[in-house]
This record gives sequence, structure tokens and C-alpha cells, in this order.
Amino acid sequence: MQNTIEIAQQQLLTPYDLSLNHLESVVDELRQHQIDDGDVFLQFSRHESWVLEDGKVKEGSQSIEQGAGLRAIAGEKTGFAYSENLALPALLTAARSARNIARQGQQGTQAMSAMSADYPQLYVPDDPLSSFSDEQKLALLEAADRAARKADSRVKEVTASLSGVYEIVLVMDIQGQYRSDIRPLVRFNVSVIVEHDGRREQASFGGGGRFGYDYFNEIKAAETYAQEAVRQALVSLDAIDAPAGVMSVVLGAGWPGILLHEAVGHGLEGDFNRKGVSAFAGRIGEQVASKHCTIVDDGTLPDRRGSVTVDDEGVAGQHTVLIENGVLKQYMQDKTNARLMGTASTGNGRRESYAHLPMPRMTNTYMLAGQHTPEEIIKSVDRGLYAVSFGGGQVDITSGKFVFSASEAYLIEKGKITRPVKGAALIGNGPDVMTRVSMVGNDMQLDSGIGTCGKEGQSVPVGVGQPTLKVDEITVGGTAT
Amino acid sequence: MPIENQVSKDYLQERVSFVLDHAKQSGASQTEVSISNVIGLSVNARLGEVETLEHQTDQGMSITLYDQQSKGSASTTDLTDASLQQMVQSALSLARHTASDDYAGLADASLMADPDQLPDLDLYHPWSINTEQAIELAIECEAAALQADARITNSEGASVSSYASMSVYGNSHGFIGGYQTTRHNMSCVCIASDQKGMQRDYYYDVARHAEALLPAVDIGQQAADRTLKRLDARKLKTQQAPVLFVPEMARSLFGSFMGAIRGSSQYRRSSYLLGSLETPVFPAWFNLHENPLIPRALASAPFDGEGTATFARDIIKDGVLQHYLLTSYSARRLGLPFTGNAGGIRNGFIEADAQRIKPFAELLKQMQTGLVVTEMMGQAANPVTGDFSRGAAGFWVEQGQIQYPVEEITVAGNLRDLFQRIQYLGSDIDHRSGLKTGSVLVDQLTIAGE
Repeated sequence: MQNTIEIAQQQLLTPYDLSLNHLESVVDELRQHQIDDGDVFLQFSRHESWVLEDGKVKEGSQSIEQGAGLRAIAGEKTGFAYSENLALPALLTAARSARNIARQGQQGTQAMSAMSADYPQLYVPDDPLSSFSDEQKLALLEAADRAARKADSRVKEVTASLSGVYEIVLVMDIQGQYRSDIRPLVRFNVSVIVEHDGRREQASFGGGGRFGYDYFNEIKAAETYAQEAVRQALVSLDAIDAPAGVMSVVLGAGWPGILLHEAVGHGLEGDFNRKGVSAFAGRIGEQVASKHCTIVDDGTLPDRRGSVTVDDEGVAGQHTVLIENGVLKQYMQDKTNARLMGTASTGNGRRESYAHLPMPRMTNTYMLAGQHTPEEIIKSVDRGLYAVSFGGGQVDITSGKFVFSASEAYLIEKGKITRPVKGAALIGNGPDVMTRVSMVGNDMQLDSGIGTCGKEGQSVPVGVGQPTLKVDEITVGGTAT
Repeated sequence: MPIENQVSKDYLQERVSFVLDHAKQSGASQTEVSISNVIGLSVNARLGEVETLEHQTDQGMSITLYDQQSKGSASTTDLTDASLQQMVQSALSLARHTASDDYAGLADASLMADPDQLPDLDLYHPWSINTEQAIELAIECEAAALQADARITNSEGASVSSYASMSVYGNSHGFIGGYQTTRHNMSCVCIASDQKGMQRDYYYDVARHAEALLPAVDIGQQAADRTLKRLDARKLKTQQAPVLFVPEMARSLFGSFMGAIRGSSQYRRSSYLLGSLETPVFPAWFNLHENPLIPRALASAPFDGEGTATFARDIIKDGVLQHYLLTSYSARRLGLPFTGNAGGIRNGFIEADAQRIKPFAELLKQMQTGLVVTEMMGQAANPVTGDFSRGAAGFWVEQGQIQYPVEEITVAGNLRDLFQRIQYLGSDIDHRSGLKTGSVLVDQLTIAGE
């Protein structure tokens, strides 16, 4: 692990004539006031993206962001300031702004120490941007364009994009304990528009994770992603109006796990529960889902988009059982909310960047497999919907109402999948809908690495997953009454 | 001390010139550069005490350059010479790999605004507020919500924030122009509860100058009022019914319209209004006017994202689409006249014949029985087909009067169809956005519920 600390020092400290001792003096500046916690968070990130449209890669961009966020916490109060400038005077100024949240009062100095590194490195700390030559990046995009156009003559437009992020973070808390992480993240996406008899439809498919671009060659992503996007778009060409009203819905395995993210995930984040504004507040130990449901948040899955070797507060990623056999077990915590609720951080303290405050955020949230085959589950439905691909979702954690939008769905009639239907929102009540999960499949699957979660204006990469499952009653927002 | 930019415009212009010169020396055929500096203060108070106090300072520079007809872009937050030189080299390296595009390049030099005679749009009014005063204001705002009713049982707090921004844009035609803006916000989120559970809602205001903000107490009370009205919400039966979208929701519908008439949506064929130029997209009494030059307005700008002069124009006249929203690139690619819309529409006004505009209460009477939508959740419309299906909450109306709140329902239909079926507009225009519209009454949509 010393390796990541050395890389972090080289990128974040050395160019500014800073050392870990200087960071300690910044932390001491915070400690001039009576604070319970606080930290200095340094970050460097390099991002690139390439876009192909109209058969050519016409756009390439690269951005570099770096800076430091200074945080001082007293009770429930947080003071925060940040700076793009990593020179010592700028850090000290930011520290003085942040600490003003608390009263003055010297707390003495602390000797700094590297925190023990008794946790696994979940991804290789290499720069994914240099894992491919620029020529290889273009070749991947061009191969996707060819594959999509070859897949069907009804394909009229193809857009493909490739992006990569190399992020280095170093965080030191007011006890002088520090940790670092190096996080690669790549993403590849193919979108198509198909046209037939005057009707046009679009679909896209993508994937990625915390590794280099070579992953996309290993799984032949140019071909598989393009073919999947084309398949979904062609299905939509035949789609009839979706039904409207309450019915049984079978959700496919993998990405439809967005259900869990919206229906229960956000509502189980520690900040909302500490404040008592979540529909799940005060319900630990209660049955909040059917006994078939065991749901975890797992930041420790190697190479996954939502994983964190350590979170943005320096806490190692964890496997947290949120709901076990339907019983609510635990909330997801960052350090601040854990301290205020008298518990420990679950490694869910995440932030979009140095310019944002950390808060409890999901990592990879999924449901464990059950006993049924997907075929059995579909066969059990007389009339309903089988939804296999989704766009986004949203939740009001206070009322518990959540939506998630199906983009590929089929009618189930007398136990058989029949016609494709147009996209429709599914709406339900989080604490209620999970109690109506009546069958859970044996085909647990994670998504392909595409999730981004938004909360209070901050975006972080996440993962979801689930087996095929059946919800007995949920409102489907189609137009066919 | 007012919250204002701590760097000078001269400094930002010097950084822009430095990059333009370096790009030229490095062999770029054309270059454009933008730089900004933002200073902000944001406080949130909850249950009578400050919860977060954030001091914000953001700066960044971005470049787009062309190597003949090939394009590369880069950006950085580090404004030192070495970092900016590296940014130019990154963009050039990217441009050497991207494909040549006949339509690529800057807007024509003849379209540039005159940097020495930019209109003064009165957009910069730093707020002389210190941290303690901002905290007091937030506490006052939240207190008004908490005291409004015994059923207001909790809060996510009230926020006060103020931002001062300076931005400079320059390109290799020799244009360098900049302007400063301020933006002040106040908001409150509260929670009401009864035996059936909790509901949450909010209210906010935003303005270029702090004196224009609603009083803190009004914002708190509005937040409480909106939240209380949601208590004891019911579901609806699945049905077809008229729907009245309140201004915030109408704005979301028209936002999707803006996306559909954007040049890039047209040339990518990813629009449900493909080839709709000069065709009737709305009823014949409906107009949409754009005016980027209104003093103090939220979306005003003296020049667009490519340095070209901005001016007022009709986008929809008598229901007919007058022009797409084009950048110089999309104009060239579509073979259409340039419209100066790099950065989107600036101050859009939804307007209509007088007999089609009514107060909200009159719209309820007009509707008789139907749904008022005050909130939508989930994905916007499918950009290619215009089909939409969204979670909704609001009120059920019978005999022209609001009867009870509703939730856990969806509204679904097709936007191209919806735009044609707009019956009336409200006079209840929401001024808190660059797109000004009142409520919108549509004769029929599908509501899914129980």
C-alpha cells in the first residue's frame, strides 16, 4: 500500500514543495478551534473522452482537476472551504475559513501516522488513460460503429463514446492519520438510432469499471455492446403502448437492481436517518421487505465501478448487510453521521470531488440470489410486465415514493412473454414495495458498470445488481388503459 | 464584506491572451478559450442552528482548438503558465487524432460582438452579507416554516447562498470579452407529518441582486404551505383526464422542447421534432420569444458561447417553429443561418393571445375535473419519439376546485402530441428561471394509478 501513498505524494505534494509534515500543520490549523473531526482531502484527476458520431471520431477532450477540501466538524456543524491551489498558504487560508464553524480553543498537536493498510487493494492503481494508445482508442470506437451498422440495415445513426478517469486522493484527518487511494475508472458506450417504415427508436448499451481500456478488447465490447444496443432498438420498433395500472412486474437480473437503489438504498443512507427525514428512520429490526429479500451494499467487489479500496474519508470499503431476510439491519454511514448516531462508519463516506462535502453514499447495492429459475417466475404471472432494461430512477426518501423507468419491457400473458411494450415509469412506495417481492431468482447478476448516482447535486459512480424477481403489485405508467 | 470576485478581469484576459498566443505559436489554425472565476458562500441552517458553512472558490480554463479541420478540447483548474501550456499541447495532440470535419471551426469573424461596446446588462450585484448575517437569515427562513403549523415536524433546513462569477471568452479572431454576474439564492425544505406518514416539499427564490429575493419569512412559509398541502395524499384510479401543469412542471416540458430543436438533435436525428422548421408545432395562438438582453435577468448575456452578439428573436410565432437553436457548427452542418444559440436559449418567454391566458383559479374552472401536476419524477421524454411516462404528485380537481392531494401516480403521453393539445396558459408566471412560463392546461393525458 505504500505504493499508493508514494504516488499520491509525488502528484499532490512534491510539485508544491509540500510534505506530509506540512499537511499535519494544516490539520493543526483546523485544530486551533474546538472541533470533533475534520480533514484535509487532496485530489488530482485527469479525465478524457472521445466521441464518435457520423462514422468518425470528431471530438476528443481532456481535463485536469486538482485541489484540496478542508473540513471542520463540531457536533452537527460542518465548516468547509476548498482551493484549487495546493500551495501551503492557500491550504492554511482554507483551513482558517473552515474552522470558523467552531469556537476557538487549542486542542494540542497530534503526531501523524499512516493508518494500517489491512485491507485489500480492489483495483490496479494504474492510469487507465495510458492503457491504450490514442490509435487504439479510436480503433475501438470505429469497430463499434462498424459492428452496429453491420448488425442491421435499419441502423441509421451510431454514436460511441469512450471515457477514462485517473484519480488520486490523499486524506488526512485531525488525528493526523492519513490514507490514499488511486482509482481508475473507464466507460464505453454505444448508442444507435434505427428507422423503419417512418418509425425511429433509439437504444444504448455500455459498460466499464475500475481497470484499463484493455478490458473492452478482452470482452469484445465493440461488437457485444453495439449488437446489444441494436437489439434493444429493434425491439422498440415493434413495441406497442405499455399498459397503465397496477399489475405484477417481473424485473430481469442485473441493471434492474436500480429498484433497490431507489426503493430502499437512498432511504437507508445515514444522514437521512439521523435527521429522521427518511421513511425508514427508526425502523432497524423491523420487517421492511419480504423474507425473500437480503440486500447488501458492497464496496469491496474487485474492479467494480462502485467499489472503493478506501472511501473519501480514508475508511476501507465494506460489505454491509442492509436488509436480511426482509429485516432492516443497518444504515450506510460516513464518519460524521456514524459519530452522531453512536456507531461506526461503514465505508460509505463519498464525495464528488475536493470541492464537495462527503456524505453517506451507496457503493454497489444488490440483492442476493433466491431459489427460483427465471422461467418459473415468469410462468407464475397471469398478466403482467417483464422489464429487463431501465433508464434512470428517482426517489423522495421522505414519502418513500420512487420511480424507475423501463426502456425494454414485454407483456406477460398467461405465463408467457408476448409483445414488447414502450418505455414506462414504474412507481411505488419504498418501504411497501419490497414487502411485495414474492419470488426471487437464482440468477443474481451485477450491472455492466454504468451507474451514476446523484444526491444533493453530487454525482458518484455506483453499481447495482439483483436476480430476476417478481413484485406482486406495482403501478405501471403506460398509456394503454 | 461583499461576496465578490477576488481576481481582476485584466488578469483573466491576460491568461486568455497567453493561451491564444501559445496555441497560435504551437500551430493551431483556430482557437477559442474561456476562463472563469467563481466565489461563493453557502450556509444551511437546520432546526435553528447552522449545519454547514461552505466557502467556495472555483476557477477553470477550457480550450477548443483546430488543427485545420480537426478539433481537440482540454481544460484545467491550474492557471499557471506551465499548466496552461500543457493544456494547449493536450488539445493539439487530441486534434491530431480526431477526424477532419468540413463543418468544424469558430463562428464567422463578422458575427463577433464588439468587445468594446458590449451592452451593460446590469448582472453584477455582489451581496454585502457576512457569514453571521447569512446564518441568521437562513435560521429566520427555517423558523417561519417550523412555526407555520404544528404538523411541520422536521426540516432539512434553509439555505442562503451567494455567488459572484467573472468569465472571459476569447478566440483567434481577436475577440476577447468578459462580464461579471452574481446569483443569490434562498431556499427552505421542510417536513410535515400526520398519522399516514411524512411529506416533504420546498420553496426557493433566486435573483441577480439580493434585494429582489423574497423575504426569508415568505420563503419559509411558502415551503411549509406547500408541504402541508401534500399531507394525506391519495392515489387515483387509472384513467384519462385533463392535466394542468404548474409553471415549474411546464418549464420541464418546454425544456424538453428546447432539447428537441437543438441543432445537434437535428443533425443526429435524435429528435421527435425532426425537420419541424417552419411547421406548426404548437397551437396557432402560442408564441415563444427569446431576449438575451434584458437587464438583471437570470439568463441574460452580452454575447453567446462563441463570442457572437446576442439579440432578441421569435422562436415560435403563431405556433410555427421559426428556427432551431444553432451553434455555428450545427448551422453549417444543417446548411441553415446561424442563430447565436451556443449555450442554449437565453430568457425564453412563453406568450399567447390574451384570451388564452387565465389566472390559475380560472384554469381550474376551465378544467372542471382533472389533475394538477406539481411534481414529476424520473426520466424525461424519450428524445427520439417524444414518448414520456413520469411519476407524478399533485392535486385532484372536481367542479373546478382542488379536492385533495394525490401521489404515487404516473402521467404518460407523447410530447409532440401534448404541445398541440395545450388549451390555455396561466398568468401565474414563475420568474425564477431563464424560461418564463405560467401553468399549462392540456386536454387529456393517461394517468396510471390504482
